[in-house]
Amino acid sequence: MSYHNPYTPPRKSATFDDYTLAEIRRAAATGIYDIRGAGTKRKVPHFDDLLFLGASISRYPLEGYREKCDTSVVLGSRFAKKPIVLKTPITIAGMSFGALSGNAKEALGRGATIAGTSTTTGDGGMTDEERVHSQTLVYQYLPSRYGMNPKDLRRADAIEVVVGQGAKPGGGGMLLGQKISDRVANMRNLPKGIDQRSACRHPDWTGPDDLEIKIMELREITDWEKPIYVKVGGARPYYDTALAVKAGADVVVLDGMQGGTAATQDVFIENVGMPTLACIRPAVQALQDLGMHRKVQLIISGGIRSGADVAKALALGADAVAIGTAALVAIGDNDPHWEEEYQKLGTTAGAYDDWHEGKDPAGITTQDPELAKRLDPIVAGRRLANYLKVMTLEAQTIARACGKNHLHNLEPEDLVALTIEASAMAQVPLAGTSWIPGKGGF
Amino acid sequence: MNVSVQRESLEAMRVFDLATTPLRELNSALHAIAPGTNDTNFEVVNPRGSHSVAVGIDQPVTVDVRGSVGYYCAGMNDGGSVTVHGSAGPGIAENMMSGTVVIEGDASQYAGATGRGGLLVIKGNAASRCGISMKGIDIVVHGNIGHMSAFMGQSGHLVVLGNAGDALGDSLYEAKLFVRGEVKSLGADCVEKEMKPKHIKLLAELLEKAGVTGVAPEEFKRYGSSRKLYNFNIDNADAY
Repeated sequence: MSYHNPYTPPRKSATFDDYTLAEIRRAAATGIYDIRGAGTKRKVPHFDDLLFLGASISRYPLEGYREKCDTSVVLGSRFAKKPIVLKTPITIAGMSFGALSGNAKEALGRGATIAGTSTTTGDGGMTDEERVHSQTLVYQYLPSRYGMNPKDLRRADAIEVVVGQGAKPGGGGMLLGQKISDRVANMRNLPKGIDQRSACRHPDWTGPDDLEIKIMELREITDWEKPIYVKVGGARPYYDTALAVKAGADVVVLDGMQGGTAATQDVFIENVGMPTLACIRPAVQALQDLGMHRKVQLIISGGIRSGADVAKALALGADAVAIGTAALVAIGDNDPHWEEEYQKLGTTAGAYDDWHEGKDPAGITTQDPELAKRLDPIVAGRRLANYLKVMTLEAQTIARACGKNHLHNLEPEDLVALTIEASAMAQVPLAGTSWIPGKGGF
Repeated sequence: MNVSVQRESLEAMRVFDLATTPLRELNSALHAIAPGTNDTNFEVVNPRGSHSVAVGIDQPVTVDVRGSVGYYCAGMNDGGSVTVHGSAGPGIAENMMSGTVVIEGDASQYAGATGRGGLLVIKGNAASRCGISMKGIDIVVHGNIGHMSAFMGQSGHLVVLGNAGDALGDSLYEAKLFVRGEVKSLGADCVEKEMKPKHIKLLAELLEKAGVTGVAPEEFKRYGSSRKLYNFNIDNADAY
């Protein structure tokens, strides 16, 4: 009897999958780690793993389109003489002129202004365009201090001391030579065409005790008018939030690992920091332990995409959210309209992340004047405004269904989790049970 | 200064005693100065190490601080002349835009950090990270400076009449450094450069501006960036 070895299909390693193998070959061929933009691409527990319960016999809903559901938020009520009042709790996160084109910054300002919210400068200083087109502008105070000056500090509506960001807690910025135009070089006091390394630590303070003194200096310079935010990456949210409060912050901005960056090492983006979902409850707990919840406002960012995400972040205790990547997509980033050009760059719409190279077909993450012209800031601003309004409406829809007349009245009790991981991180029960891992109820 | 001039200036001087007056009143008064006003002479007594003394000045006022200050004195100064008749804590004249700040004593860490313009004169010693991330400021230190000074310095001049500590000018961009004494070690990408006639002239002007006499610019060595780390190259990774 003859024996035929039956066909067995080739089996690839789960550990050494195609992407991993390609990365090994790329590193071997180029001698440099992969640098890219955006946030983590790995799958992590997220807002998708939470569901709202909605109203039932014991809780009754509000009438959609009829009964009011307030969305306004006041930021900076702790110390600032002039707190910020926004119509929607969805703000635009810090993104620099340099990383983005002037038209893109203008579009963000226009869109945010129409929607009644704020936008934020980035690691490159404040441009006149974004000041003019942003009714409410938050001015970032970063380790590099590129473009930092007291006049812009005074014409800002709030100041955000950036300690870290979710894509790279503990890392500095990077703007590669390709994007250093004359204007960008001038704003940053550096020669054209060189790689600009933004420091990871502030040059003149170290630790929470220094930060308190630094915040006081900024308040003195601006006559205690401006709300002062402290932005941290999602690393140690309980202690970072507590220390920011101790240092005198009006607002804490907490950015999870899905938060984007203009450019950093892929190994950093994918392996440092915690998912947004894991950050919120510890931060809220810190505020509650200090008796400062709702007195010091908490802004959550990193992977916010829809009104459902907004509602979930607020239900877990945030006062507002910030969007970056989603705002760029709204104005045209990674749009299939440019598929042919994405293909020429060796990628595809939806996967393009070489934002540091300045070749963005959509004209957003570039300093090339020809590419930048592709983005009409008025049209793009309108698109962003539409998106912000849709998200706000979505969040209101959910809040009404939960019987809430303000988005801030959403609470953890309105939520359940689909997975054990999400249940543990969000500290809401696994759906159909009263079990919260680590909290009992099993 | 003759007696009559001194009396005249004293008559116009506004005195803030920080032992009895909140700091807020001092800084508010400095910010309330309108362009072109004559009421521009201020004196601060009993600073007792206060932080943020005379920050955010945006008019050509003169401030004499009689004693030592804490963090960030004269922070973001834009056009003022501030003299500290004592020593200064960390971050003196941080992010200065223009004007002059003189410290009669010593300065702590980060003196002149990220300064974009103006002149900072430290008549004693300066601690570590003097001129860190400097972006156009001129700093003249009569004594010694500590380690990691002019780290990531982008532009401007750091002049040191004494010695410099470890890792001077690490990751330097285009700031120019002049040291008269010894440099304990140079940081990544920082090298000694030739003192050409144009540098002698430049240094002579800086010394004169800072009121330094009896010191010849030829006694200094010049340090700057070798510019090897301006664009990333994997073969330079050992330098970091």
